[in-house]
Amino acid sequence: MSDHGDQSDQSDQAPTPASKGKALEATERIEAPVAGPGRGPMGGGMVGQKAMDFGPSARRMVARMRPDRVAALFVVALTVGSVLLMSIGPRILGHATDLVFSGFIGRQFPAGTPDSALPDAVQGQDVIPGQGVDFGAVGEVLLLVLAIYVAASLLSWGAGYILNSVVQRTVYRMRQDVEVKINRLPLGYFDRSPRGELLSRVTNDIDNISTTLQQTMSQLLTSLMTVVAVLAMMLWISPLLALVALISVPISLAATRAIMKRSQGQFVQQWRRTGQLNAHIEESFSGHSLVKVFGRQGEVERVFAEQNDELYEVSFKAQFVSGLIMPTMMFIGNLNYVVVAVVGALRVTSGALTIGEVQAFVQYTRQFTQPLTTVASMANLLQSGVASAERVFELLDADEEPVEGDVAAAEVTRGEVAFEHVAFSYDEDRPLISDLSLVARPGQTVAIVGPTGAGKTTLVNLVMRFYDLDGGRITLDGVDVGAMPRSALRGQIGMVLQDTWLFAGTIRDNIAYGRPGATDEEVLEAARATFVDRFVHSLPDGYDTLVDEEGSNLSAGERQLITIARAFLTNPALLILDEATSSVDTRTELLLQHAMAALRTDRTSFVIAHRLSTIRDADLILVMEDGSIVEQGTHDELVVSGGAYSRLYQAQFVGAAS
Amino acid sequence: MLLRLLRERLQPYRHFLVAVLGLQFVSVLAMLYLPSLNARIIDDGIAQGDTDVILRLGAIMLVVSIAQIIASVAAAWFGARAAMSFGRDVRRDIFQRVGTFSARELQHFGAPSLITRGTNDVTQVQMLVLMACLIAASSPIMMIGGVIMALREDVGLGWILAVVVPALFVSVGFVVSRMIPNFRLMQGRIDEVNRVLREQITGIRVVRAFVREPHEAERFARANGDLTDVAVRAGRWMALMFPLVMIVVNVASVGVIWFGGQRVDNGQMEVGALTAFLSYLMQILMSVMMATFMLMQVPRSAVCADRIAEVLDTHSSVVPATDPVAPDPARRGHLDLAEVTVTYPGADAPVLCDVDLSARPGRTVAVIGSTGSGKTTLLNLVPRLFDTSSGVVSVSGVSVRDLEPSVLWDQIGLVPQKAYLFSGTVRSNLEHGKGDATEAEMWAALDVAQARDFVEALPEGLDAPVAQGGTNFSGGQRQRLAIARAVVREPAIYLFDDSFSALDLATDARLRAALEPVTRDATVVVVAQRVSTIRDADEILVLEDGRVVGRGTHDELLAGCTTYAEIVASQHSAEEVSA
Repeated sequence: MSDHGDQSDQSDQAPTPASKGKALEATERIEAPVAGPGRGPMGGGMVGQKAMDFGPSARRMVARMRPDRVAALFVVALTVGSVLLMSIGPRILGHATDLVFSGFIGRQFPAGTPDSALPDAVQGQDVIPGQGVDFGAVGEVLLLVLAIYVAASLLSWGAGYILNSVVQRTVYRMRQDVEVKINRLPLGYFDRSPRGELLSRVTNDIDNISTTLQQTMSQLLTSLMTVVAVLAMMLWISPLLALVALISVPISLAATRAIMKRSQGQFVQQWRRTGQLNAHIEESFSGHSLVKVFGRQGEVERVFAEQNDELYEVSFKAQFVSGLIMPTMMFIGNLNYVVVAVVGALRVTSGALTIGEVQAFVQYTRQFTQPLTTVASMANLLQSGVASAERVFELLDADEEPVEGDVAAAEVTRGEVAFEHVAFSYDEDRPLISDLSLVARPGQTVAIVGPTGAGKTTLVNLVMRFYDLDGGRITLDGVDVGAMPRSALRGQIGMVLQDTWLFAGTIRDNIAYGRPGATDEEVLEAARATFVDRFVHSLPDGYDTLVDEEGSNLSAGERQLITIARAFLTNPALLILDEATSSVDTRTELLLQHAMAALRTDRTSFVIAHRLSTIRDADLILVMEDGSIVEQGTHDELVVSGGAYSRLYQAQFVGAAS
Repeated sequence: MLLRLLRERLQPYRHFLVAVLGLQFVSVLAMLYLPSLNARIIDDGIAQGDTDVILRLGAIMLVVSIAQIIASVAAAWFGARAAMSFGRDVRRDIFQRVGTFSARELQHFGAPSLITRGTNDVTQVQMLVLMACLIAASSPIMMIGGVIMALREDVGLGWILAVVVPALFVSVGFVVSRMIPNFRLMQGRIDEVNRVLREQITGIRVVRAFVREPHEAERFARANGDLTDVAVRAGRWMALMFPLVMIVVNVASVGVIWFGGQRVDNGQMEVGALTAFLSYLMQILMSVMMATFMLMQVPRSAVCADRIAEVLDTHSSVVPATDPVAPDPARRGHLDLAEVTVTYPGADAPVLCDVDLSARPGRTVAVIGSTGSGKTTLLNLVPRLFDTSSGVVSVSGVSVRDLEPSVLWDQIGLVPQKAYLFSGTVRSNLEHGKGDATEAEMWAALDVAQARDFVEALPEGLDAPVAQGGTNFSGGQRQRLAIARAVVREPAIYLFDDSFSALDLATDARLRAALEPVTRDATVVVVAQRVSTIRDADEILVLEDGRVVGRGTHDELLAGCTTYAEIVASQHSAEEVSA
């Protein structure tokens, strides 16, 4: 998939304030489709079909912070402290207001006015008639408030600072775990899962988790604690009003749920449409020249316009519906405010509460609904993050390659490879190789021919131990390859594969990949021997030309030559060439054959090729059909015997002569 | 770039944006009005013990709340419309622009990068617009409204605002200015980590074959560590943000009580105004916070906007003829290259140098040469996938630069080196060749391409599904379907770009025999590596390093061209050549 270097990733690094959570969540959503179809039902969380997995996966995610649990406990302690101080702040600040108020009232009455002559509203307060504001007392209170706020901010900063490290370390570990896992998964895993899907897990999903943790952890902690603290304060002031305020909780939850249920469907639609549009764009861009030459541009644009409009419609609905959460929460908050104001006012007139208490209560009501809105708006973000975590856990839980053999790898001295009654299949239901035996003598070149799907590539993959056998064994100089550490085995084999994989870097780096620590001179030598040197000079930057993954600046043949140079540089004991020269023109191939012949001298080599000319000189030719060797021998022997090989050869010869 | 992109692409939706601003204004006004209604409940209701007034004012508060939600829902509607329309338009423009690109621009960007730019990058910027409409639009209104309301309560305390608001901007601005470069850096590091992972997965066999797992693990750990470092740094600044704002806000509120208290004591201000002033101050500060968080989204979107603008600002190097010339009917199918030279920008050697070629209907011209000798480049010049650096390519007697592109392409049947099929069915792929092809025509083309047998063997026949790229067919089958696609088109000029490489020689021979009657009246240009494929061509051009080093029939070249003789020798044993 378009994954690519730029297939970016989600990394909105901005923190999520209450007001922003929803919009960010929407960002996540929209990016999700890149992750492929597997990501469709994600975010089901509390509302969707994934409800069962939300809890365990979320717990497991939190559990991954365990190595930093001391720091995490610190974070919780600091947050609790900060929230407590923050909740106390307004009450103490209220004292200052009261002092000002008392002074203000006191000044209005001549000294010596009895308490009973004061208005109801200030009854019971420290009003000293005739005296103005006591700024000494106000100053003390304000200094205390200042100290509390500074302390609260420092605690909150400390919590954020430590939490940031905890989160980043957790994500770092997760990435490392995935990396380790990738190197331990059997190749079959990579064959089974679509590449784009897997890539999306290790890139998009982890980025999503990182964003989610960063944005939600501190907000969630603070919000939840604030709700508890504020609720306590409200209950303290007026249980009745607290009850009124509490009613807004289930209403908020129900409203959020109802909206999310609707938006969920729209989001699913949006991912689906985005996926379709992506596929169309990908196809049109990949087949760009054909689209043009066959005059399909109009048709392609028509389809695009259609899908683009459909995407526009559903994403508008999704964004609009999910955009309703914030106004709704605000509305519920306002309703709450109105009810508290009215009920509170009525209670005051009936003498059950003071004005100051109502005023404080109103403030607490606002403090109460704000974190609720935050949590509600983060619900989608959380769901999406947990869904991503689940997908990464799935990868981390996948079965690994069987444990390494521990027979110390003896240096390959002779290079004799033997298959003894080997059985293998990719898929249990479809046996591929059932009972295969062969011996490649030291220094021999073994050519493998046969139709597509006969198992030629499988055969050499088994030598490399890319897959493990179902039965029998393969030996190298008499040692079972299954008993050797894989790295020791592969370190002695040079392989050139059918697909020409180059990594982003210079041509020099790509050749040197074959042998770490190779000198420039050795790289150049390998390049010259494999004719890479010839075309490199026509490139703008020579050996320092950057190639990308797609290698779009090199032809297929040139890419192939680089991979051959890479194998050349390793100077291996055993050589495997899988269609290594299929993209190289025959004259270059001939030159390569000379280089390879030199390389093959005294080395056992396996060569797979369609071109019979390539393999005519092999010491042993294996003709494979349906996973078994139907013939073996030298070219001359096989031509004379009049079997499958001779028919293949005749077809080639007749074709060539016509 | 971001600003320009927004200005240009939001232009058609400015009415929506005006509506969003108006509605957000109403919504903010309602929010600001609620506290003062509450104040009146206290002053006029409670103080007077008037229950009716309390209920009446309560009802007004309710109405105001309802007005507020209606306004914000409507704002969300217009905002979502504007943002999504913006995204749709930019996607469309990118897609159409890429449609005009020549092979050169496509190669410059690379298809995967263009795909990302057309999808993810657009989405990023689109989300920024949406957030701006939903959240950020209200914050300046909230701030101005808050300042006005606060000053209405007490002008004398206004100087506190004049100190606090700039102080907040400066401190927040400082933190944001520290975070933005870190965010930019982080974006690059994330890309790097993803790139390493992607390479490891796509190249897993190579990594394992060369036992480079430790090296890869190290490479990854480095990339991961680099990313984590910068993420930690950015995160620390971010962690500072909230406490910093809280300190400023709280110091300000303490200041309001202190200085306000003195004004109250002097009788210059009422206590109610003091509390109100305090709450408006909070609102102003909240709005600054909101604007800040919005700002943090900007760096990433700016990167995306740059990448989008890069595509939209790139113009195809192949400009369609402004005043197209009709092809000469008498010379239909004539193909001529005159002194054609192509040099890639930045390369020191030309890919093609002074190449002349002339092909006529009924004749086959073959081009042979080593990897990288410029064969494919030569072929791509004919449908004008890119232009020559110098020299003229003409089709049907007219320079391709003067032909209407659709007229040019109508005459060409191209079979590319990489046989690419479009997702759909066998039938839909053949229809790409000829939109109104009948079933009989399709089978005839499949016959010629030696594809009838395997298509017939498919349970759905012509309607058998084809995966994107044709990956559900073998290489040889793909090639044959691609040939059928060109054949069904009945073009005046056939271009075969090494189109027989995946076929075994027997199929190759049968195919060429079947092609002969079909192409009798057409011009055929074949690029190949196998001598057997082209030995019967009327003329063979031997290319080496972009230059024609030999020209003639097989026998002539065998006698007179050493490069050709080498090629032949590399493919045949001595007795085969002499046979």
